Amino acid sequence: MREAMDPWTFVVAAYVIGVGATLAMVAWSLLTMRSAEKRRDEARKR
Amino acid sequence: MHGFANPARFLRIARWLMPLCMGVGLATAALALGWGLILAPAERLQGETVRIMYLHVPSAWLGMAGWMGIAGASFTELVWRHPLSAIAARACAVPGAVFTAVCLVTGSLWGRPAWGTWWVWDGRLTSMLVLLFLYFGWMALAQASESSDGGENRAPAIFGLVGAVNIPIIHYSVIWWNSQHQPPSITMGKSAMSGDFLIPLLAATLGFTLIFAGVVLARMRAILANQQAEARLRRKAFSEVEF
Repeated sequence: MREAMDPWTFVVAAYVIGVGATLAMVAWSLLTMRSAEKRRDEARKR
Repeated sequence: MHGFANPARFLRIARWLMPLCMGVGLATAALALGWGLILAPAERLQGETVRIMYLHVPSAWLGMAGWMGIAGASFTELVWRHPLSAIAARACAVPGAVFTAVCLVTGSLWGRPAWGTWWVWDGRLTSMLVLLFLYFGWMALAQASESSDGGENRAPAIFGLVGAVNIPIIHYSVIWWNSQHQPPSITMGKSAMSGDFLIPLLAATLGFTLIFAGVVLARMRAILANQQAEARLRRKAFSEVEF
């Protein structure tokens, strides 16, 4: 007999992980870009 | 293409293209996921779990596209030695690995209610897991090569080209071998899927692809800026030593 599973638990878990990982990656890439460009601009000023 | 390999020209284009890709990509992906989660119908056999498809399929495509990006950049690095090739390859690695991991996790979450198991060692799942390990290996090699002097980009470039062998294996695994995973529903020019599922799926794929492009451009800008800062600081240090 197939065990009864709530499909929404799996759907919500997939969306939380997928969307969370994507947003974290976007935020990380923007922050590292900002700090790298700031570092380059400071190196130019010296 | 050779013209775009100029770092100054690349930066001029990336300054407006990166936020455009990120903004349009995030908006399109949000709309498509909302559509897939709320408006799209449940599937006759799989029920509500089919909604995982709107995340799983784009991430599978981008996991493979990321490695194709590494392979393409590796080829131009080895043949033409474009100044931006190695930077482009390094920029593709992290988003490619993230989307491969998302594909594996969402696939596992879809597999449990649909197949009754989190994981099976079949051709499609195993070759996708191999792709994730290839990304880890490539990133470790690129990091190690960066700290060594001379010919630093050749080894990752060769690894990038050799690793591309896994991409057709992933694609054809469901055709070549008996697999728990379904065969492709969308092929060139035709789809076995109803428009109710296909349209939000294509919108999500477009949105995530634009996000991927935006992240790659941001990573390229970051790597380029770090290299320019290093070069400037090194030049300054040498000039101080001379005087």
